[in-house]
Amino acid sequence: MRTFLYSLRQGLANLRRNWLFSVASIATVSACIFLFCLFYSIIANVRGIVYTAETTVGITVFFDKDADDVRKAEIRDAIISKGGVKEVVYTSADQAWEEFKTDYLGDDAEELSAAFADDNPLADSDSYEIFLEDIEDQESMASYISGLPGVREVNYANTVVSVLKSLNRVIYILSAVIIGVLVAVSVFLISNTISVAAAFRKRENEIMRLIGATDFMIRAPFVVEGLVIGLVGAIIPLCAVFFIYRRVMDYFMAWLSGFSSDAGLIGLVPLERIFPELCAYGLIFGAGMGFIVSFFTIRKHLKV
Amino acid sequence: MILLEDVSKTYQTGVRAVKDLDLRINDGEFVFVTGKSGSGKSTLFKLLTREITPEEGSIIVNDFDLDSIRRRQIPRFRRSIGVVFQDFRLLNDRNVYENVAFAQRVIGASGYEIRTNVPRMLKLTGLSHKYKNMPYELSGGEQQRVAIARALVNQPRVILADEPTGNLDEANTAEIMKLLEDINQMGTTVVVITHSRAMVETMHKRVITMDKGRIVSDSGALQPRGGSVVLPEDVKSRQKRRIIRRRETL
Ligand SMILES: Nc1ncnc2c1ncn2[C@@H]1O[C@H](COP(=O)(O)OP(=O)(O)OP(=O)(O)O)[C@@H](O)[C@H]1O
Ligand SMILES: [Mg+2]
Repeated sequence: MRTFLYSLRQGLANLRRNWLFSVASIATVSACIFLFCLFYSIIANVRGIVYTAETTVGITVFFDKDADDVRKAEIRDAIISKGGVKEVVYTSADQAWEEFKTDYLGDDAEELSAAFADDNPLADSDSYEIFLEDIEDQESMASYISGLPGVREVNYANTVVSVLKSLNRVIYILSAVIIGVLVAVSVFLISNTISVAAAFRKRENEIMRLIGATDFMIRAPFVVEGLVIGLVGAIIPLCAVFFIYRRVMDYFMAWLSGFSSDAGLIGLVPLERIFPELCAYGLIFGAGMGFIVSFFTIRKHLKV
Repeated sequence: MILLEDVSKTYQTGVRAVKDLDLRINDGEFVFVTGKSGSGKSTLFKLLTREITPEEGSIIVNDFDLDSIRRRQIPRFRRSIGVVFQDFRLLNDRNVYENVAFAQRVIGASGYEIRTNVPRMLKLTGLSHKYKNMPYELSGGEQQRVAIARALVNQPRVILADEPTGNLDEANTAEIMKLLEDINQMGTTVVVITHSRAMVETMHKRVITMDKGRIVSDSGALQPRGGSVVLPEDVKSRQKRRIIRRRETL
C-alpha cells in the first residue's frame, strides 16, 4: 500500500514532467476508445433493429385461389409438423383489409375505403403469419412452405434483414481495421512516452538501484503512468458518449418517425442499457492497454 | 565482515584498476583507505557495492557472496550497506527530505518511521533548515551531507563512504568524522576512502594504502585483530574450486 501510494505519486510526476507526450498518448487512446464506443453502439443498434424486425415480422403465406379451408388446414399442419414453429396466426381477408386501411391510408382511410364499399380489394389475401422459434430457420422454412401444394406466395422480411445483417458485418470489419490501426498508434505512443520518461529518469533509476530499490519499486511508477494514460484515455470518451449518445438517438428517432408511426418499436438500444457495457469494455480496454504496454516497455528499458 | 580474495578488476578500456587484492575487514572496524588519485580506491568501493563485478577473485560483504549472489538478492544486499558516493548521486528530481526518505522507502519503512528517522538524520547532519531544497540548490558540502544522511538513515551494518568529506571545510569534516565515529561506536563497520592525510593521522584508525591497484600498506594487518585471517570453511572450499577452475581454463 505504501509502495503503491509512492508509485502513484511518482507516476503522476512522470506524467506531468512529460506532459506533451502524455497528452498525445491520452488523446490517441481516447480517439481509439471513442471510435470503439461509436462502432459498438452502431453495431448494437443495428443488431437490435434486426432482432425486432425478425421477431415481429414473420413469414407470410398466401394461398392459391382455389384452396379451400381443408387445404389451408393441411398447410397449417404441414408447417407445424416441420417443427420449430412458435405461432401460426391466421389473418382473414377482412382483417387484412382493415389493417391495410389503418396502416397505409391513415387519415384518408374512410374516404378511400368508401370507394371500395363492401368490395374487399384484398379478397384473396387471407394468410398465415408464421413466427419461428429460431430466426435463423426462416429461409429454409420459407422455401419449404413455398413447395407445399395450395401455396401461392411466401413473403418474409428477408431483404431488409439481410441488408442490415451484411451492413453490420461491414461495420464490424471496418471498425476492426480502424480500431486496429488506432491501437497500434496508441501502443506506439504510450511506449514512446514511457521510454522518454525512462530515459529522463535513467540516472535516478540507477541511483535507486544502487541504494537497494527492487526492480518492482523502480518500474512501478512507469506502469502507473501507463495505467493512468489508459484510464484517462478511457474516461474522456466515455463521458463524451454519455452526453452525446442520447442526443444522437433522439435525432435518429425523430428522423425515423418520418417513415413509420411506430418508430419506438424499431429496437434502438437505450443509453441505460448500453452504457454499462461501454464503460466496462472501455475501461478494461484502456487500462489493459496502458498496463501491458508500459509493463513491457519498462521491462525492456530497465533490464540491467 | 568484508572479505576480498585475489580480486582483480580490469575496465573495458584495458585499465587494470585493482590487482590481486586480498583484504579482510571485521565487523565493527573503522578503516581508512587512502592512496593517490587513480590508485583504484573507487574501483574497490564499486566492487564492494557490486556496482561492478571483478573478473577474478571472490568478494563477501555481510554474508553475501557477491560472486554467486542472485539478481533478486542484490537489492537485499544493498540495503544491508550504507553508501556515500564520491559524486553524491542524489536524486535530482526531489528535495533533500525526499532524498533521505527514499532510502527508507526502499526498505519498506512505515510513514511513522520515515517521519521520525529522516528529520533526526537531517538534524544530525545539520540540514534541518534545508530539507525543502532541491539538490542543485545546495553547496557541494551540503550535498555531501545529504548523501551521508541517506547512507545512515537505515542504520546499516556497514557504511562505505567514498571521499565523504572531500568537499567539506575543516569544521564540517571534523563533525562528519565524529558522526562516523559515533556510528562506529554503536557497532557499525565504517570504511572511509579519503585523500586527506591529515584526517587519517588525527583519527588513529586502521589505514589501508593503495597504489596502482594494489594494497601497499595496511596498518591494521600489523594489529592482532586484523592479522591472522581465519577463513570460514565454505569460503576455503569455494576458493579451492575457483583455483581449480582457473587452472583448467589456463
Ligand atoms: N569506468 C571506468 N572505465 C575505465 N577506466 C576507469 C573507470 N573508472 C576508473 N577507471 C580507471 O581506473 C583507475 C582507478 O580509478 P579509481 O576511480 O578507482 O581511482 P581512485 O583511487 O578512486 O581515484 P580518485 O582518488 O581520484 O577518486 C584509473 O586509472 C581510472 O582511470
Ligand atoms: Mg575515487
